Amino acid sequence: MAMTITEKILAAHCGKDRVNPGELINAKIDLVLGNDITAPPAIKEFERIGVNRVFDKDKVALVPDHFTPNKDIKSAGQVKMMREFARKYNITNFFEIGCVGIEHALLPELGLALPGDLIIGADSHTCTYGALGAFSTGVGSTDMAAAMATGEVWLKVPETIKFIYKGKLNKWVEGKDLILYTIGKIGVDGARYMAMEFTGEAIKHLSMDQRFTMANMAIEAGGKNGIIEPDDIAIKYIKDVMKRNNIKRNYTLYKSDPDAKYAKVIEYDCGDIEPQVAFPSLPSNTKPISKVGNVKLDQVVIGSCTNGRIEDMRTAAKILKGRKKHKDLRVIILPATQMVVKQMVKEGLMDIFINAQCAVSTPTCGPCLGGHMGVLAEGEHAIATTNRNFVGRMGHPKSEVYLSNVAIAAASAILGRIGSPEEI
Amino acid sequence: MILGRAHKFGDNIDTDAIIPARHLNTHDPAELAKHVMEDADPHFVNKMKVNDIIVAGENFGCGSSREHAPIAIKAAGISAVIAKSFARIFYRNAINIGLPIFESKEAVDGIKEGDEVEIELTIGEIRNVTTKKNYRSAPFPPFMQQIIKAGGLIEYVRRKLNG
Repeated sequence: MAMTITEKILAAHCGKDRVNPGELINAKIDLVLGNDITAPPAIKEFERIGVNRVFDKDKVALVPDHFTPNKDIKSAGQVKMMREFARKYNITNFFEIGCVGIEHALLPELGLALPGDLIIGADSHTCTYGALGAFSTGVGSTDMAAAMATGEVWLKVPETIKFIYKGKLNKWVEGKDLILYTIGKIGVDGARYMAMEFTGEAIKHLSMDQRFTMANMAIEAGGKNGIIEPDDIAIKYIKDVMKRNNIKRNYTLYKSDPDAKYAKVIEYDCGDIEPQVAFPSLPSNTKPISKVGNVKLDQVVIGSCTNGRIEDMRTAAKILKGRKKHKDLRVIILPATQMVVKQMVKEGLMDIFINAQCAVSTPTCGPCLGGHMGVLAEGEHAIATTNRNFVGRMGHPKSEVYLSNVAIAAASAILGRIGSPEEI
Repeated sequence: MILGRAHKFGDNIDTDAIIPARHLNTHDPAELAKHVMEDADPHFVNKMKVNDIIVAGENFGCGSSREHAPIAIKAAGISAVIAKSFARIFYRNAINIGLPIFESKEAVDGIKEGDEVEIELTIGEIRNVTTKKNYRSAPFPPFMQQIIKAGGLIEYVRRKLNG
């Protein structure tokens, strides 16, 4: 019987030949992760279970990325709890400040997420690793605790929506626009409980960094996972990662069968897709850039687990090079990992950003969730390359966030209002 | 059996609205409870009474995976959430921590702000005491009922591992 890539990975992890949508399974996990917000309650719950070890010390990742470098005393206490837990159970993958990056950029970069893996994380954007052809999904702290103890998780096999992106991308259109456009069309619960499989000509030509952006935002349509079949681009990325990190582990490349059953098949013609801007206060509230009108800005944020990878930094630098940001706003750039920072220095991107009067931060989730490093005041407006623009997301409940790709955000930084690189 | 007053909310109430990230430098339930629903209704904590019920539209709890959201609701003394639908992660978090949740479009449409609502937990029957109308919620699959019965996932796993 035919299966989708998601069904194949789930079947392989619960020892079955096949699984069907709606079926509840107990699946073995290849990695469980948590951050400085979600891991502390997980640790507390883990200790209540009464086991004296984690199921596999190499398959737990503790990534203090949200409020780090610690923004206040309480946050420092949360990270201290993670650090002590990591030491107590000899956890290999605890990332201290100086090594830490934003979890969903860091773990693929280190080869901790490989094709065919089943990964759960106490962070909703865990769905990012689907870009590698892995099944990955966000869970809560209690699920993380149980998984650390048992190496297993209960899952309902999701139905799959297949998205086919036809044709070529228009100028300045990125993976971010494809996913924002999709969320705009289907809504923030359009793929609730479902797998989102991204396919088509446009996806085949998309770089890994842009594929991560797309899979990252599956959750913003309510999706359980976002997934892309691994192809030559993915395999090259994986080979480089494994070589760089000296990883020997096997991985499996899965593909959906041609006659696999889908709940829906949705086709988009990329010729119709302009750069998208999601207006406050839902990621589905999208407009094409040509219909945005005059939106003045107080802040621009470029970075995050959605758009903080090296290609994103290059796109921003290309637009900001030799220019200065608009006098009435601040620009905060958040490279996602130390490796991205290092590469930025090497390529001279740091100089470009500093000359453009941007503040460049050490890797942190920071202002994306209104944590620190650029929280908004009452009445302020920001454009961000992040993934959520809910009420109060980046600060005061009466501040407003617009979401866009990197090129639009960088151009807006120069214009002082939301605009396109075409206007510069 | 649960009996409480209904507090109504709309569609897509996200976890940032339920418990804003500015309060997530702690995971202390009592501390989180002080800010429950703050960005959906800043006066909610003052309006609500222990045992009251949240009644919401579609996709309740969308967004972040923060378990602090159902924890804040439970710790504040809210006895249950009835919604037209729940976002996936919130749904499993609520089951895992033992916050009673019920899915029923009819009940949500039939309950108004301030109505007295009674819920028979084991069978998921919802009664609007004010209007004297009854509603049924979607039943939980047997596996989830086991978790609920055990008092949450940790207790379920603890029993399983310790035989």
